Amino acid sequence: MTTEHNARVLDAKIPDGPIQEKWDKYRFDTKLVNPSNRRKYDIIVVGTGLAGAGAAATLGEQGYNVKAFTYNDSSRRAHSIGAQGGINAAKNYPNDNDSIFRLFYDTVKGGDYRSREANVYRLAQVSNEIIDQTVAQGAPYAREYGGLLDNRSFGGAQVSRTFYARGQTGQQLLLTAYQALARQVAAGTVELFTRTEMLDVVVKDGRAVGIVTRDLITGEIGSHSAHAVVLATGGYSNVYFLSTNAMNCNGTAIWRAYRKGALFASPSFTQIHPTCIPVGDEFQSKLVLMSESLRNDGRIWVPKEAGDDRPPNDIPEEGRDYYLERMYPAFGNLVPRDVASRAAMRMVQSGHGVGPLKNGVYLDFADAIGRLGRKTIEDRYGNLFEMYERITDENPYEVPMRIYPAPHYTMGGLWVDYNLETTIPGLFAAGEANFSDHGANRLGASALMQGLADGYFVLPATISSYLANWLNVPPVPTDDPEFVEAEQELKDRIDKFLSINGTHTVDYFHRKLGKVMIDECGMSRSREGLEKALEQIAEIKRDFWSDLRVLGTAESLNQSLERAGRVADFLELGELMVRDALDREESCGGHFRVEHVTDEGEAKRDDENFAFVSAWEWTGEDSPPIRHKEPLEFEYVPLSQRSYK
Amino acid sequence: MDVTLRVWRQPDSASEGGFATYEAKGVSEDASFFEMLDMVNERLNDSGEEPIAFDSDCREGICGTCGVMIDGHPHGPQRGTATCQLHMRKFKDGDTIVIEPWRAEAFRVVRDLVVDRSPFDKIIQAGGYISVNVGAAQDANETLIPRPAAEASMDAAACIGCAACVAACPNGAANLFTAAKIAHLGLLPQGQPERYLRTVAMVETMEDYFGSCRNYGECETACPKSISIDVIAWMNRDYVAAQWKNFRKQGQQV
Repeated sequence: MTTEHNARVLDAKIPDGPIQEKWDKYRFDTKLVNPSNRRKYDIIVVGTGLAGAGAAATLGEQGYNVKAFTYNDSSRRAHSIGAQGGINAAKNYPNDNDSIFRLFYDTVKGGDYRSREANVYRLAQVSNEIIDQTVAQGAPYAREYGGLLDNRSFGGAQVSRTFYARGQTGQQLLLTAYQALARQVAAGTVELFTRTEMLDVVVKDGRAVGIVTRDLITGEIGSHSAHAVVLATGGYSNVYFLSTNAMNCNGTAIWRAYRKGALFASPSFTQIHPTCIPVGDEFQSKLVLMSESLRNDGRIWVPKEAGDDRPPNDIPEEGRDYYLERMYPAFGNLVPRDVASRAAMRMVQSGHGVGPLKNGVYLDFADAIGRLGRKTIEDRYGNLFEMYERITDENPYEVPMRIYPAPHYTMGGLWVDYNLETTIPGLFAAGEANFSDHGANRLGASALMQGLADGYFVLPATISSYLANWLNVPPVPTDDPEFVEAEQELKDRIDKFLSINGTHTVDYFHRKLGKVMIDECGMSRSREGLEKALEQIAEIKRDFWSDLRVLGTAESLNQSLERAGRVADFLELGELMVRDALDREESCGGHFRVEHVTDEGEAKRDDENFAFVSAWEWTGEDSPPIRHKEPLEFEYVPLSQRSYK
Repeated sequence: MDVTLRVWRQPDSASEGGFATYEAKGVSEDASFFEMLDMVNERLNDSGEEPIAFDSDCREGICGTCGVMIDGHPHGPQRGTATCQLHMRKFKDGDTIVIEPWRAEAFRVVRDLVVDRSPFDKIIQAGGYISVNVGAAQDANETLIPRPAAEASMDAAACIGCAACVAACPNGAANLFTAAKIAHLGLLPQGQPERYLRTVAMVETMEDYFGSCRNYGECETACPKSISIDVIAWMNRDYVAAQWKNFRKQGQQV
């Protein structure tokens, strides 16, 4: 499918020199914009999560004119708010041999060697500044009695480098970014557009010059122009319909950018989180995460005998298979997410699943309660246990929790160079929307770190190298033919959704797509299944465009219409994910191809042929995309097979 | 289970609204409240009637996007629970459930169950932050914070900005929301330099939009994060103290 002769080798513009010095050297060498000239620049930031709100606030503080956009009713709602566990940093406050180099090393290795060393090192470097900054902004992190910050070990790390605010770290960090943004809105440096959805990027003479939006209340289509556009619009796990993402999370912004020429990197690298509440029934609308920290004290097991229907507390010790402890004695229940997820999947597939739908495994706290007492467990996980009980009506202090993996995070995203610039000049991508730092698997407590690193520290430092070229050049006016045409295309698309007048809701098609994606392009992928998925998606897409029914008008709040656009884009994005998964003939991190396994059944990388980032180029509705390559070099973290035995 | 819904329908802010009745049949007890509404909406769409508009995003009780009045109670019958975490097992087969948007002078109904809560953002913009530019912070452990202060601050910071407190208040006051932010920041050492200026600015902006607090306490009962009205006492004390502290600091007579 890849037309090799058209494929390019991409230049990530990584600065020269030892990895420890690259970021400092970059910041010295880069072009700057004088403080008194910054007000001459307009910058658009789409999305107000950690990366978007962080970037918009920081650019405002620096003196640029910023326009920030969110489809939510307030910039405090972005789904960064859902992160529970914590945020990593290389502070080494606990004195357990952590360092910037170790955080960098763990992240590259945990990502199964499919990320860019220079970016990951920079991430580890700024991690410490993030903690300083967010404490100064008033994030109420957990403290020890002496008043110092508390740390915990998280997600299988062998050091305690995770800072946390109860089980609500994402909420507290998003609120500090939201408040920093509110301060700039009050100062007049940032103009905030709520309930406004970006629906296209406008490109003129090969560079990004603005966006087209829809006001979700009045339906008005509008254009905004700027010197640069930053997309910080999050990930695309909702392609699976059921995921831990919020209901409105979508891939439209990055997909529209892809269709305008930005390359899309590693679309098939998605993370399935091991500890979520299993699906209950067909009307289930989303999956709820139970923090990974639960694996610190809970033991995971299934009945030894397939189909054992006894209630869990009636199954004696010898009838239980603590399969993670059995298979991975060194790491036990704390193996990385991709490994834990696949093991649970195999247990359910082999008939050992538990619960009414036989679609879960037990996470049992009986031992921990016996050892530490109920009070300690309540202090550690009380709010999570309560949430579990509210949803399932079962008391986890008495009956083991049931858990199962669920789509959670997407490592793939728009391809960006060291500047966080996409292949469209002037178009930048930050946070989960880009692909850069997590390779094929993200470690726990690293998403918040990357979102704030990009938003607060990296993007505000790199964007000036682009802006400096456009001093005293006014933004392209929004009556330019490129804007007018983009607006017209959008209006036509909306009219199309409203005029199909078929028989099925948007969710009907979304659910069908999600089923294909989770079955064939989820935790485990095969050539046969992926090829079948391509056909199935094409069929769903055909039906969607001929049998969709969206009622109401374009000139009012119309939530079905909003979803129709998002699902139309998911149908195309899902297809690209499948193509990428087919193309990558190896297993790595979250991408597990059944044809490529070690003798022990674990993921088997092919470094000789696949140590590169796949970056896909849109070539039109009816022609297959072209896969370009960014070769990955590992100078500081030697390539090795991950082993958690 | 089967339930009957009486749902507020209103095409937009300018139009009049009214109740419509829908039968929701065959609802699973394990469905969440919004999954029940999703199901009703699918059926409405199939029968050619526009679905009911309602706000909801994370469905984990943390983003604060959702919230409707259920039988006159913000977020429904279960204490400490946002609407998205409410499950149908809290209702009985055959129940009639009345669903309305937040009712408050400050919140315009946008459509059906969706309201405009932007005055909350205005209150935060008036001073609900600590002024520290990115890059200007000292090492995180140089600020010692006694654990009880950090915990109390976190209790207040847990506010999700859903506005159930306003909907619950007979006066449509936003004191619990405003005070939660003032207490979150005012309890921390980092929040001290702006403490009194912040309090005055936020309280006065709040009063531009919302009614007055009469200590009914309905807000605390309705709060899905069970934030205590103690924070309102804290805010009131700081507001009074600010009247002279700010003046004295500026060298003026009271």
